Amino acid sequence: MVLRIKSFAQGQPLSALSADTSICGGRGLSEFAVELRDVTKVFGEVVAVDHVSMGIRQGEFFAMLGPSGCGKTTSLRMIAGFERPTSGEVYIDGKPMGSTPPFRRDVNTVFQSYALFPHMTVEQNVGFGLEMKGVPRAEINRRVKEALELVRLPQMAKRYPRQMSGGQQQRVALARALVNRPKVLLLDEPLGALDAKLRKEMQIELKALQREVGITFVFVTHDQEEALSMSDRIAVFSKGKVLQIGTPLEIYERPNCRFVADFIGETNFIEGKVKQIDGEFAVLESDGRCFVGRAGEGLRVGAQASLSVRPEKAQLVEQPMNSANCYEVRVHSVAYVGSDTRVIVMLGDQHFDIWEQNSLSTLDPNYFFGPGERAWLVFRPENALILAE
Amino acid sequence: MASDTPIVLIGDRAEVAPRPRGATAKLRPGRFALTVAALFTFAFLYVPIAVLIAFSFNSARTGATWQGFTLQWYERMLSNPRLIDAAANSLIVAALSTLGSVVIGTLMAIAMERYRFRAQAVWDGLLYMPVIVPEIVMGISLLLFFASIGLERGLITLIISHIAFSMPFVYLTMRARLADFDRSLEEAAQDLGADEWTTFRRVTFPLLLPGIISSALLAFTLSLDDFVTSFFVAGVGSQTLPVYIWGQIRRGITPEINAISTVMLILSIVLVILSQALQRRQSSH
Ligand SMILES: Nc1ncnc2c1ncn2[C@@H]1O[C@H](COP(=O)(O)OP(=O)(O)O)[C@@H](O)[C@H]1O
Ligand SMILES: [Mg+2]
Repeated sequence: MVLRIKSFAQGQPLSALSADTSICGGRGLSEFAVELRDVTKVFGEVVAVDHVSMGIRQGEFFAMLGPSGCGKTTSLRMIAGFERPTSGEVYIDGKPMGSTPPFRRDVNTVFQSYALFPHMTVEQNVGFGLEMKGVPRAEINRRVKEALELVRLPQMAKRYPRQMSGGQQQRVALARALVNRPKVLLLDEPLGALDAKLRKEMQIELKALQREVGITFVFVTHDQEEALSMSDRIAVFSKGKVLQIGTPLEIYERPNCRFVADFIGETNFIEGKVKQIDGEFAVLESDGRCFVGRAGEGLRVGAQASLSVRPEKAQLVEQPMNSANCYEVRVHSVAYVGSDTRVIVMLGDQHFDIWEQNSLSTLDPNYFFGPGERAWLVFRPENALILAE
Repeated sequence: MASDTPIVLIGDRAEVAPRPRGATAKLRPGRFALTVAALFTFAFLYVPIAVLIAFSFNSARTGATWQGFTLQWYERMLSNPRLIDAAANSLIVAALSTLGSVVIGTLMAIAMERYRFRAQAVWDGLLYMPVIVPEIVMGISLLLFFASIGLERGLITLIISHIAFSMPFVYLTMRARLADFDRSLEEAAQDLGADEWTTFRRVTFPLLLPGIISSALLAFTLSLDDFVTSFFVAGVGSQTLPVYIWGQIRRGITPEINAISTVMLILSIVLVILSQALQRRQSSH
């Protein structure tokens, strides 16, 4: 597969992005629906969000992705106005938010627990925001009906939340937020409580809904597959910091550090020292073997680094090939998992995963090596990435 | 075999009922002792009350013999102006002290639940301490307090005292309710454009209302039944019903007293049942 990677500029830490946004704030549409400039949030001893800067573009489906406890919810709550940054500033549509309370911000939230009002019917829940804005009754009724149709629950208007399934409650929460036509919709792991199958369906539906309404979505998730499949861009969080912001393709193909490479998808790491850097490529020496891969940012000759190769981008061959990155290995195990076959080999004393998509030819019982057999591992330098420690 | 075993439906689950054991089945001695003990316990708890209720309908003026059914003690009770006054005092004190203790207790519970400040555990403990202060101590201390500030004994002192002893119960009930309260509901309201006051009115208050009502019923019952504290702080013209009854008893127990006591008992039971029903309704939400 040939990948057309246009630019990696967006993949860099966003200090660059926040530098030239002084044009915002006047009338007219700001470039960013939401912007965080050097935002930090400290709870007692814990630095929940650590100097985060990012710009979320108008109409974008933007994901905040990271393991639990990395500061995603706190970031979202600062945008919504439930928390105030310890330092830094949140901008919505170019305007600094300062201490603007949540009820004066043009954003709506879909809570992880849905937070539907238990003493109100679905209809009353969905109409609550419009009622607060003083929209006339007749218009409220019309828009509530539309919103319930949008989430495909028109017949549930008179029910109470407790009379509905989790998936249905989730849609009501979505309708309750969308009916207000906010500038930005904030979603905190909205699919987290759903079972796997419903979750997949809702991912597709939510994405389609976002295209339909054209509202900027900021979507928090710890599920990298969910983030990759739904988002226009992703911010990868770790320990309160944003490590990388980019399109799913950039994040997957061109992670800017070891954490991102490891967190997004599966990968093999080979650790060693940088031996040589030559333009776009670099050479890593590990355990007496030399590997060639694309050079990541901030590599220095002689420094410790890791080479990352995705399991689907490495192959096994019977004979040594006269090319870079070809080394003898011993097959450790072979597992058929339906869509592909997963082979684990030993490169020296290290495990190395190789996945091959199953096809007609792989069905031949002799196609794969058996455990204990000798083989040669090979991968192309373009498919490997050498990342500074 | 199993075919002659009756199937009993309990809820939506079918269960096999135990086979009836015929008259030949022997009661084991342990089980017999337990049954007797249980019967004694219930008798001990309820026979005196049952006797009191029965005698309120007994046409004999004195003595413990049954001489036929009558409602005359109830009629006489209703035509006794001093008793009606005492009952009115009781209701006024109960209503106003309930209002006071529910407002104060609920606000204190919200403040303690929502804000963090120094020595919070100590303040929290002080708020429910009156629950364990012996009532006679409470009564004497209140009496001394009112005397020292020169406040005449009367309905005002009764109301203040009743707020003092029932507020901790309201506070404890509301703390428990607030601990279960999902704060994200309030955030959701604010997110949808409701300011703090609207959020309280439309979300917080309606959701706390069942708890508020059940603690109000509890406070009302406590006030209505109180004797010890009221005995100390009631003035001559402001006796509550229990204090009036006590005054009458010094001249011997009359069937009229039995009638009043029966009415009070039934009122208390109704209030407690109402309060329990509300608790259950909320927890099934
Ligand atoms: N209100 C709070 N008080 C104290 N610590 C908090 C609070 N909210 C979040 N934290 C801490 O901040 C860190 C980030 O939390 P959070 O933003 O919820 O992470 P995520 O949503 O990515 O799982 C965690 O260590 C969490 O314990
Ligand atoms: Mg979270």
